[in-house]
Amino acid sequence: MAKHTLSVLVEDVPGVLTRVASLFARRAFNIHSLAVGPTEIEGISRMTVVVDAEGDSLEQVTKQLNKLINVIKIVELLPESSVQRDHIMVKVRADAATRLQVTQAAELFRASVIDVATDSLVIEATGNAAKIEALLSVLEPFGIREIVQAGTLAVGRGSKSMSDRALKSLSA
Amino acid sequence: MSNSTPANPASVAKSISRPKDAAAAVSSVVEASNPVQGPNNIVAPTQMTGSQAIVRSLEELGVKDVFGLPGGAILPTYDPLMDSTKVNHILVRHEQGAGHAAQGYAMVSGEVGVCIATSGPGATNLVTALADANMDSVPMVAITGQVNSAFIGSDAFQEADIVGITMPITKHAFLVTDPEDIPRVMASAFYLAQTGRPGPVLVDITKDAQTSQMTFSWPPKVELPGYRVVTRGHNKQLREAAKLIAGATRPVLYVGGGVIKADAHEELKAFAEFINAPVVTTLTARGAFPDSHPQHVGMPGMHGAVSAVTALQQSDLLITLGARFDDRVTGVLSSFAPNAKVIHADIDPAEISKNRVADVPIVGSLDEIIPQLIEACQTRFETEPQQDLSNWWSLLDRLRETYPIGYTETHDGLSAPQNVIGRIGELTGPEGVYVAGVGQHQMWAAQFVKYERPRSWLNSAGLGTMGYSVPAAMGAKVAQPDRVVWAIDGDGCFQMTNQELATCVINNIPIKVAVINNSSLGMVRQWQTLFYDARYSNTDLNTGHGTARVPDFVKLADAYGCVGLRCERDEDIDATIQKALEINDRPVVIDFVVSADSMVWPMVPAGVSNDQIQIAKGMTPEWEEED
Repeated sequence: MAKHTLSVLVEDVPGVLTRVASLFARRAFNIHSLAVGPTEIEGISRMTVVVDAEGDSLEQVTKQLNKLINVIKIVELLPESSVQRDHIMVKVRADAATRLQVTQAAELFRASVIDVATDSLVIEATGNAAKIEALLSVLEPFGIREIVQAGTLAVGRGSKSMSDRALKSLSA
Repeated sequence: MSNSTPANPASVAKSISRPKDAAAAVSSVVEASNPVQGPNNIVAPTQMTGSQAIVRSLEELGVKDVFGLPGGAILPTYDPLMDSTKVNHILVRHEQGAGHAAQGYAMVSGEVGVCIATSGPGATNLVTALADANMDSVPMVAITGQVNSAFIGSDAFQEADIVGITMPITKHAFLVTDPEDIPRVMASAFYLAQTGRPGPVLVDITKDAQTSQMTFSWPPKVELPGYRVVTRGHNKQLREAAKLIAGATRPVLYVGGGVIKADAHEELKAFAEFINAPVVTTLTARGAFPDSHPQHVGMPGMHGAVSAVTALQQSDLLITLGARFDDRVTGVLSSFAPNAKVIHADIDPAEISKNRVADVPIVGSLDEIIPQLIEACQTRFETEPQQDLSNWWSLLDRLRETYPIGYTETHDGLSAPQNVIGRIGELTGPEGVYVAGVGQHQMWAAQFVKYERPRSWLNSAGLGTMGYSVPAAMGAKVAQPDRVVWAIDGDGCFQMTNQELATCVINNIPIKVAVINNSSLGMVRQWQTLFYDARYSNTDLNTGHGTARVPDFVKLADAYGCVGLRCERDEDIDATIQKALEINDRPVVIDFVVSADSMVWPMVPAGVSNDQIQIAKGMTPEWEEED
């Protein structure tokens, strides 16, 4: 199934994450990743949901999401008209013998080393899904101890703001 | 005026951001109408407790009757409720009864039904009624007490996360911990319950929010930035619809409960007569179009009339109004109305193209859309006259004549349940309210009572809740005491909620209960007869003829202070019904002893195409001569 990125503006009220997540579960949609955080408007949060779905069912889940009272607006961000980034932290085995190789690999990906121990490094990287995948395959041979990954963040290209209209309707 | 109807339902990416984008353009319509229901009295800031604010909010919202049962966490609210002269509280015997009573109240009157319960088990007992109201789009508000906010999450006595539990089965659920929020939340709950696609809203209020002081003022400001209702149909879609209607040779008006919810039955009649199309009314739409009207071809679905099922199957255009292509109507979806194009008008955009893709989607309220459709058709017919429908009508007329809804006589000497139910309808007339439980008697009540007006037929259609009948009938009678209200119940259903007879007797709510007693869980038994080699696993209830009669429904009625009657012979049916109709000072329960072998026909067995409809066991209509 194809992955689609939905950007969802919601009221920042208790239970809103549960409502959105359980709606996906109830309608049998698989959430690939989910990122939630505040926006430039107080009281409004933005969820970026990457979901596995096909055309008709994507339309249906969007309509169902729209029915949630706390959901203000939903936009599908298409890959060609938006920027999408994943964020990852990787703990990799690295002793005196391999540390330089690991840090050089990280530099190639413009990743940074954010923690150093005698036998490991923590590397932080940001990028699209393909870059993250490539970094992980390069680090693999050294021995990956832990991976922590945040949900995909995405925003439309250009000056248009998704929350402008939401803000207008709030102040109306 | 524009609206949010997606121009092309197949274009997902485009349509996604539309519903609320475009709704911004019509927001003036929404905001012009006041979201706070009731007389909108101005109340200057006044100090009071949260519980007083709850009662005051109900009063300001114009609520006249509420159904409930007190307990620890809602106790503070029951104290000021005792003093209210505007809000009449009816003490039920089980919270589920309060929930269904609120549904019956709402279904018959169109007003928001209200029920109240305490935290924990009180609240969970409302769950079935809330789920039922959600499935059938019934406007209701449930107010529940919650444990003190400091105890939430500690597994305190009678604590249940009722907001969490009811999230998937309500239109919305609020948790109130700050008493200052009470007026706003109450007004919002009523607004949500009755606008757009109606539905149940839960308001859970902690005990400390009820006991604390707050400043009450009215009307509150209702702010629901994520809630927009589109009421007017999109002109382009209306023109498309008119084009399809003009060109159709086999159109059908597929009418659902939404027509009744929108109070659009008169508009429907005008539209149907204007385009001369046959009308089918689904289980929730019985009475939306008069049964006696020559264009009515019956109820469609699993137990629908041959003429109605065939009209849909052989149609070339379904004009779908407030219906949702439920599996009980469509049968196997892929073989449903295979040659039909679909116009789908509904207030809920999510229903459109959910089960069957619509060729012309129209989002809006039917009381606005139907007149718009008439206008669009008038315009269209000026340049393109409507097709001749006489062949279509002669086919349907022939089917109606050949395969009317009927029943076979019984062979065990007991009365035919269909006859009993038909006589109740005949002797009571179209102004009566008929409230069914779930099962065979429900289907017979849908088939054999003649419905001539909306809000005369109440049942649990979507959820199929056994036990709905008695409490819903009670609620209906409270809302409209001047109408005769029949609970047409089964012996199985009746035993689930008959405790509300006590509520009816004590509060002088004289409903009439017809227990269609076949001494078994009849619909399940029917399936066992047809699909399980007549192996009757756990369907015998021992309430009927020749059994231990546990319980004896006449004695039960007597114990509750109702009039209990028993009718065991065909020749007594009319006299017994007449006697019940003459008693208006207390509830009447009639134990109609009927045959257990009677079955609901026609029937489309589950999992097959509607073309496989059977008019009796193993008998399908002869299609060859029809085509």
